[in-house]
Amino acid sequence: MTAVSQPAYESVGSPLSQLFSDGWIATRRNLIKIRRVPEILVFTILQPIMFVLLFSQVYAGAMNVPDYVNFLMAGIFAQTVIFGSTFSGAAMAQDLKDGIIDRFRTLPMSPAAVLIGRTNGDLVINSISMMIMMGTGWLVGWRVTTSVWGFLGGVAVLLLFSYSFSWVMALLGMSVRSPEVINNASFMILFPLTFISNAFVPIHTLPEVLKNIAEWNPVSALVESARQLFGNTNPDFPEPTAWTLQNPIITVILGIIVMLAIFVPLSVKKFKSISSR
Amino acid sequence: MTIIQAEGLTKTYKSKSGPVHALAGLNLSVPQGTVKALLGPNGAGKTTAVKVLTTLIKPDEGTAHIDGIDVVNNPKAARRIIGASGQYAAVDENLTGFENLEMVGRLYHLGAKTARKRAQELIDQFELTEAGNRPVKGFSGGMRRRIDLAGALVINPKILFLDEPTTGLDPRSRLALWEIISQLVNDGTTLLLTTQYLEEADHLSDDIAVIDGGKVIAEGTSDELKAQIGGHRVVVTLVDEADAGAAREILARHGDGTPTVSERTVEVSVVDGPRALQYVLSDLGQANIQLHDAGMRRPTLDDVFLKLTGHRAEDEASKNDAEMEKAQ
Repeated sequence: MTAVSQPAYESVGSPLSQLFSDGWIATRRNLIKIRRVPEILVFTILQPIMFVLLFSQVYAGAMNVPDYVNFLMAGIFAQTVIFGSTFSGAAMAQDLKDGIIDRFRTLPMSPAAVLIGRTNGDLVINSISMMIMMGTGWLVGWRVTTSVWGFLGGVAVLLLFSYSFSWVMALLGMSVRSPEVINNASFMILFPLTFISNAFVPIHTLPEVLKNIAEWNPVSALVESARQLFGNTNPDFPEPTAWTLQNPIITVILGIIVMLAIFVPLSVKKFKSISSR
Repeated sequence: MTIIQAEGLTKTYKSKSGPVHALAGLNLSVPQGTVKALLGPNGAGKTTAVKVLTTLIKPDEGTAHIDGIDVVNNPKAARRIIGASGQYAAVDENLTGFENLEMVGRLYHLGAKTARKRAQELIDQFELTEAGNRPVKGFSGGMRRRIDLAGALVINPKILFLDEPTTGLDPRSRLALWEIISQLVNDGTTLLLTTQYLEEADHLSDDIAVIDGGKVIAEGTSDELKAQIGGHRVVVTLVDEADAGAAREILARHGDGTPTVSERTVEVSVVDGPRALQYVLSDLGQANIQLHDAGMRRPTLDDVFLKLTGHRAEDEASKNDAEMEKAQ
C-alpha cells in the first residue's frame, strides 16, 4: 500500500446547492436498490397488475356498482401508493440497524439528504406503479373522461399525498427502529384504513358506524379527489355529508401541506440525533 | 501538538434498571500522528466516547475538540477532517464496493471525478477487486469490514476513529486488518481506536488509555502500564497440588506482592526477576517441592487490567458477548 495525497475538496457551493447535490446522491443510492432488490420490483410491477386484474375481474360482477372498473381504479391507485410510502419507514429502520446511518452522520453532508433520497425513492417506486396500473387499467376498460389537466392533476394528488406520507413513515422508522415492526404495523393499520373508505365500495353502502369513519378517513378524500379529477364519479350516488368529501381536493391539498410542514422538520431534527445502538 | 482533546465528558442514558453512566468524566488527549487505544470491556464507555468525538452524540457535560474544532458546536467542520468506522460494517449491501466508496467520496464533496478515482485507488489498495463490481450482499464479514474501513479513508482523514475494528472477525482477517492499520499509521494519520483485546492495543498503539465505568483509570504506553504493577512475575507449576500452601509461602518471601494460586500454579510479582527466580528455586528445592514448570514472565495487559479494575478484561468481554447473543 502506498501513501496517497489527500484529495482536494471541490469548492463547496451554497447550502441549497449542496442540499440538492447530496440529496441526488442519496436518491441514486435508492434507485440502484430498486433495480437490485427483487421484492421491490415485485411490489412495484407485479402487485399492481395483479390487484387491478383481481379486483376488476373477480369483484366486478358481484359488486352492485355500475361501471365498477372506472369506480375502482382511483381506489387501487390510492391503496398502492400509500403502501408504497411505507418503504421509507422500513428502510430508515434498516439503515439504523445496519449502522450506515452512523456513516452518513459522520460525513459533512446535508442532514436532510438521506431523507430526501429515501422519500424520492418511494416517489419513483410509486410513479412506476402508477404507470403500470394505468396501463393495466386501460386494458380492462378504465378511461379518463375529463382532460389532460384532470389526468395530470389526479396523478399529482396521488403522488404528492404518498410523497408526504413517506416523510411520516420515515420519522416512524427512525423512532421504532425495527423494520419488521414497521412492516407489520403498516399492514395492520393501512389495510383497515384503506378498506374502511370509499376505495373499493361506494360509501353509502356501508353500515352507519363504518360510514362515519369512512367519510372522515383521509384516504376517502384522496380517492374522491382522484375520481373527480379523472372523471370517474358516479352522479347517481348520494351526496356525501362530510365536509372533507364535499371538498376532497382542498382537503387533500391541505393534508399534503400539513404533513410536509410537520414531518419534514421533525424528521430532519430526528435524523440529526440518531445513532445505531 | 494535541489533536484530540476531551475534558470532563459525561453521558447518562436512561434504562429500565435505572440511569447508566456511559461516560462519567472522561478526559482524553491524543498527540498528532500517534495511535491511542481505548482499552476496556463492553459497556466501559469506549464506544460512547468515540460517538461523541465523531459528532454522533452530544455529551451531557464536558468539551471535546479535534484539531481545535469544537465537535459539539461545530460538528460539520469536524466531519470534514475525520474518517470513522464503527463496530458494524456500515456499508450499503445493495451497492457494489466501488459504488459504496464513490458515494462516500461524493458526500465528502470531493466531486464526481475525484470520488471515482479515489474509490478505484482504495479498491486496489485494499485488494477489493473482487468486491468492487458486485453488490456487497453475499461477501464475508472480513471483506465488508475492509470496505467499511476503506470508506473511513476516502479523504485520507487527518484523524481516524476505529471502534472495535476487528470484533467478530476470524483470526486471519484480524491479522490482515492489523497489517492495513499499521501501514496507515506509518503514513502519519492520527488514530484513535477502541478494543477489548489487550493484544490488539499492545500491537497497534503507541499509547493506551484503560477505560472502566466511563472514565480513564490508567494511561500510558504498554510498558509504562506494565511497570505500574511491578517488573517481572515468577510463575511455578507444581507436580502435586498439595504443595501449593508451602510454595505460596516461599514465593511470598521473595515477591513484592501477594502470590496468587490457581490449582497447581503459583505466581507472584517481583522486583528483580532473575534473582528472585534463583532464590525461589533454591528454597523450593530445599523444601523438597517437585516442580512441573518454573520461570518468569513480563506482565501482560491482562494483569494490568486485573490489578486496576479487580476484574479481567477478556472474561468480562466474553461474558458480555454471551449475554448479547442470548438477548438476540
